[in-house]
Amino acid sequence: MSHIPDPNKSVNLTIDGIPVTVPEGTSILEAARKVNVKIPVLCHHPDLQVRAVCRLCVVECDGGKKLKAACANDVWEGVNVVTDNARLRGIRRMILEMILAEHPQDCLACIRNQTCELQELAHQFGIYRPGFPVEARHFDIVVDTDTLVRDMSKCVKCGRCVTMCQEVQTVRAINTSSRSVDYEITTPYDKPLIEGLCVYCGQCSSVCPVGAIYENDQTDKVFEALGDKERHVVVQTAPAVRVAIGEEFGMPHGSVTTGKMVTALKRLGFDKVFDTDFSADVTIMEEGHEFLDRLNNKGRLPMITSCSPGWINFVEVFYPDLLPHLSTCKSPQQMFGALAKSYYPSAYGVDPAKVTVVSIMPCTAKKFESERPEMNSSGYRDVDVVLTTRELARMIKIAGIDFPNLPESEYDNIMGQSTGAAAIFGTSGGVMEAALRTVYEVVTGEELDSVDFEDVRGHQGIKKSSVMVGGTEVKIMVANGLKNARRVMNSIRRGECDAHFIEIMSCPGGCVGGGGQPYATSETKRKRMEALYRVDRDMPIRKSHKNPEVQALYEKYLGEPLGEKSHKLLHTHYSTQGKHHWYVPHVTTSKRR
Amino acid sequence: MQQAPMTEGQVLKIMEKYNNDPQQLIAVLLDIQEASGSNYVDEKWAALAARVLDVPLSKIYDILTFYAMFSTKPRGEYVIEICRSTPCHFTEAEEVVSWFEKVLGIKMGETTLDKKFTLSRTCCVGACDVGPVAKIGDEVYGDLTLEKVNTLVRSYREGLPSFREALACQN
Repeated sequence: MSHIPDPNKSVNLTIDGIPVTVPEGTSILEAARKVNVKIPVLCHHPDLQVRAVCRLCVVECDGGKKLKAACANDVWEGVNVVTDNARLRGIRRMILEMILAEHPQDCLACIRNQTCELQELAHQFGIYRPGFPVEARHFDIVVDTDTLVRDMSKCVKCGRCVTMCQEVQTVRAINTSSRSVDYEITTPYDKPLIEGLCVYCGQCSSVCPVGAIYENDQTDKVFEALGDKERHVVVQTAPAVRVAIGEEFGMPHGSVTTGKMVTALKRLGFDKVFDTDFSADVTIMEEGHEFLDRLNNKGRLPMITSCSPGWINFVEVFYPDLLPHLSTCKSPQQMFGALAKSYYPSAYGVDPAKVTVVSIMPCTAKKFESERPEMNSSGYRDVDVVLTTRELARMIKIAGIDFPNLPESEYDNIMGQSTGAAAIFGTSGGVMEAALRTVYEVVTGEELDSVDFEDVRGHQGIKKSSVMVGGTEVKIMVANGLKNARRVMNSIRRGECDAHFIEIMSCPGGCVGGGGQPYATSETKRKRMEALYRVDRDMPIRKSHKNPEVQALYEKYLGEPLGEKSHKLLHTHYSTQGKHHWYVPHVTTSKRR
Repeated sequence: MQQAPMTEGQVLKIMEKYNNDPQQLIAVLLDIQEASGSNYVDEKWAALAARVLDVPLSKIYDILTFYAMFSTKPRGEYVIEICRSTPCHFTEAEEVVSWFEKVLGIKMGETTLDKKFTLSRTCCVGACDVGPVAKIGDEVYGDLTLEKVNTLVRSYREGLPSFREALACQN
């Protein structure tokens, strides 16, 4: 069929007898949702290409015996769709029972207990005992460099992770393999992720419907540090966490929960609750000046941001020849760690050897980043433990803290103050916008009329714009998601890119869509994005260089941006050899019972 | 006789023969497998093909594990493939398996100690009229009996092609 659907044309049909009109090209699944009919799905994910492998969503069309997958078939004029009858219920139940027969029955001991889509479907269909003898295949659980865990016994072979890795992120570290009963999802030659192309973005874990791929839970390590009277435990919270963690407690998507989160962290017993937004402002000071230095002294352009550790891994693996384009700035997480073990102890008279730095990040690659051997410029590990948003929510639940009803509190002093510029680091385009606000004023010495750079906002994959900065036209680009990053890098390699400054984030939408965030679709990510712009709008200070604590840091400690101390603590270098040549892999496997 | 291990130069030459065309990936992989001496595609050579042909290694691995003719683990010099499709099933292909197991002294899926033979299964080879059949290299042998199996194994083991020529299917 060569017919291309025209979304301006309407199609009339009925779903279970209810008439509905939808644009041509709408799937039966979406049309059904319009009339509040929820056809069950397992392999389908609204942000991913349709695979149609689970067959749970089959429906009858015009009384036909042949079933159609509602996710993979568009509606047509006049069709009468039946989504629910005894036959369809029986088929769906049978499919679920067969999946369950191959699935370990240890839901209580699973990280996805109560967030598992298979469990929810089994509950929905009233499956309380196995329909078939359970013959789950047993694989070892693989913990890869303390970042991601793969427990392929749980895998339902829906292929969402494969679509994510192959098509959306174009990393292509995992794929399907073999056929029939041996069909599975794996790395080439079954090697650990560290030996392949994986960049640890964790997007696979964010779309897995079950407990087959997930973040390595390190909450125990944090509880242990908090219980140790000898340790002085400080915590930093990334910008994108405050607009997502509420979802874990049933709060409306896009809720800004900064104050509640700070209260929760204080109640958990952290000695100081600081903000990664503070070090995001520091990043802007360093990165903005680095950009001006490159622009004025014919340095390597375009300069590309280096905040996103999945992105850094991606360049090291796929574009080692273009590494000099990356800003030498460490990410805000690592800048914070280096300062928390140098500047903070010197100001507060704490022994830096006793400081434990915990990060709360929307990201799995941040775990990997904190383990990089060179991230120790303070003389200690810059960051000791990284928890994802999902893990912090788990800690709060374990501690019995009633998150939605908490009063609000403020971050602690000297590394807790931030600006609107820092808040929007958590969304695609935010770092660029924050940098422009500072670069413009540093160069021109004038106040910006409007600090809003609308062109770089939103979640299109690649955004372009240009800004006049003191008589010079600065061309900028913003990309999010690694498929788009690849397009930008290929154009640089071909010499076709005329941009001066590029922001790239590994995850679709930026950090709001990070691999460690609560499970969500792009609809929710959009609400988080809007929430961050609300945070920015409502901040009294919206430019990084106006942050009083950042000004104090430079006056009392660092001297000036790109100065000697900054270079030692806040900048880094990258490896042209790719991660597997310098990184000491540590992979642990454990047998299932 | 043990073949010398394959070199990078050999693998590059195989790809050059196909103009380094990614469309010819399966042909390239088959040639690499044949030249390997152990009837498999080693990770090292799959990775080289991935780089030269600009195809993700994960896609190559998917192909190598999808098709029955490929292996990602070393196999014997001769792979004996017994058809497991329906017509051969009805003509007692399972018995053929047991004959080969007996004559070779190995189980299905295993390789003999001298690395000469690997016993495996295959899907239909299109010779249903003479089932049960076994495929060894490019040759198909039909209407198998225990005696024929004995002759075949001896012929391959001792390098006596005249023995098996008469047994090969002509189609």
